[in-house]
Amino acid sequence: MESTIVKAENYNSYFGDNHVVKDVNISINKNEVIAVMGPSGCGKTTFLRGINRMHELIPNATSKGKILLDGENVYDMNAIYVRSKIGMVFQRPNPFPNLSIYENVVAGYLLNGIKISKADKDVIVEKSLTSAALWKEVKDSLHKKGTFLSGGQQQRLCIARAIAMQPELILFDEPTSALDPISTSSVEALFHELKANYTLIIVTHNMQQAARVSDRTAFFYMGELVEFDDTKQMFTNPADQRTQNYITGRFS
Amino acid sequence: MELNIGLRNTKSAIFKGIIVFFAFLITVPLIVVLGYIIKQGIFQVNWHFLTSVPAPVGETGGGIINALVGSFIMVMVAAVVAIPVGMAAGIYLSENPRSKLAYYSGLCVDILQGVPSIVVGIVVYFWIVKPLGTFSALSGSAALAIMMLPIVIRSTEQTLKMLPDSLKEAALSLGVPYHRVILKVIVPCGFAGILSGIMLSIARVIGETAPLLFTAFGNPYLSYSLTKPMESLPHLIFTYATSPYDDWHNLAWGASFILLMFVLVLNIFTKVLTRKWKVQL
Repeated sequence: MESTIVKAENYNSYFGDNHVVKDVNISINKNEVIAVMGPSGCGKTTFLRGINRMHELIPNATSKGKILLDGENVYDMNAIYVRSKIGMVFQRPNPFPNLSIYENVVAGYLLNGIKISKADKDVIVEKSLTSAALWKEVKDSLHKKGTFLSGGQQQRLCIARAIAMQPELILFDEPTSALDPISTSSVEALFHELKANYTLIIVTHNMQQAARVSDRTAFFYMGELVEFDDTKQMFTNPADQRTQNYITGRFS
Repeated sequence: MELNIGLRNTKSAIFKGIIVFFAFLITVPLIVVLGYIIKQGIFQVNWHFLTSVPAPVGETGGGIINALVGSFIMVMVAAVVAIPVGMAAGIYLSENPRSKLAYYSGLCVDILQGVPSIVVGIVVYFWIVKPLGTFSALSGSAALAIMMLPIVIRSTEQTLKMLPDSLKEAALSLGVPYHRVILKVIVPCGFAGILSGIMLSIARVIGETAPLLFTAFGNPYLSYSLTKPMESLPHLIFTYATSPYDDWHNLAWGASFILLMFVLVLNIFTKVLTRKWKVQL
């Protein structure tokens, strides 16, 4: 039995007069890994940032339509609440440079002033770092600054930071584009494990990555959601000519 | 085209020589001034000098405790006002660089930085000294605070502007409200830079004489009262150096030495602290 966790209804985003996401309708199920792919400037990142209301932080950015999280429109909720329910991992690893690895993992609690006991924190830190496949590497240096880690480790630390807030949904904005191939594969391997407990939406402009990690893929082109289907189906027998052009490399 | 490698290398060597020469040359005035003040001032400094008030004319001895205490109190009061106000304004300027308010307040900061310190003194005289009917330490602090503001504002703004946006996004995406993003993430990450701006502003105003001439005025006695005239190091140096007495000249040299050492130590201290607390991005 599949249940919907995120649903976009006639969702549009704008930067000033520039219409970047056009009338998107999409429905994403629990515990799915969704890849969102498309050429640069197709609106895929803007769409992603609309889901947890990060889009509106940019001056002049506006949006129309609905994004339903568990049936409730995020645009009717408090933005701060929405963002604490949805995890996000960015293009470049961005651990807090003033905090240790340990503090980075529980940053969502620390920075929000949520009081939790030391014992609870210890549990959250170990669990989150284990889920992010980083625990073994950093368990002896938890009180060092997070910025001493390698790029791939930093990105997994950011994933641990998102997991620590126990979100249902985690958004990834080209999470491996700033990483080397080895770090990339360690992060990709992680997606398979995270799937058991979370729903993942991964924006990528790397087609191979979309094919490797996702259950279903959404293809965006010029702000439109062109096609949304099983990843296998999409890569072997796309329904739309534009999708076919994209995956055969006729434009990038 | 023929390439004359030898000539090119010679030109490069000459150019390099010139910049090294001037880089060295600019250290000469500092070393000369430093050396001269140390030579003149260091033998004036002893326990008596640091702990007693100036002696009346005709008596030997006397110290500068009134000016030390006065400078300390006035700069501290100025700092307590200027630091929070300046930091808040600096945060606003770095957060909203494109707003109209930021444009005009940025312009005001630039102009304020260019206002001659004596003019600041006169303005404070008309604002505070005249209405209160007396010279006071408080008015001196007000003048110094106005001098400190642009330095604190600009250094806060510049430091925070250098922090990457991704830092703010990381915090916001965790559902952290804006004020906590600024206070718990942005300001701590830029703390070293903000601190160095604060220290520099203190080092800058501690040596200001002009704004204190019509405000704190000066006081030959030790005073702790903010509502009464107060002595300060630079003002004491000014009065004693322009006096006709030789032993007063010596006191002025001693006070100059103390002031110089304070600024020097503050600068070194700032360098060490900023290096230690600098957040590795």
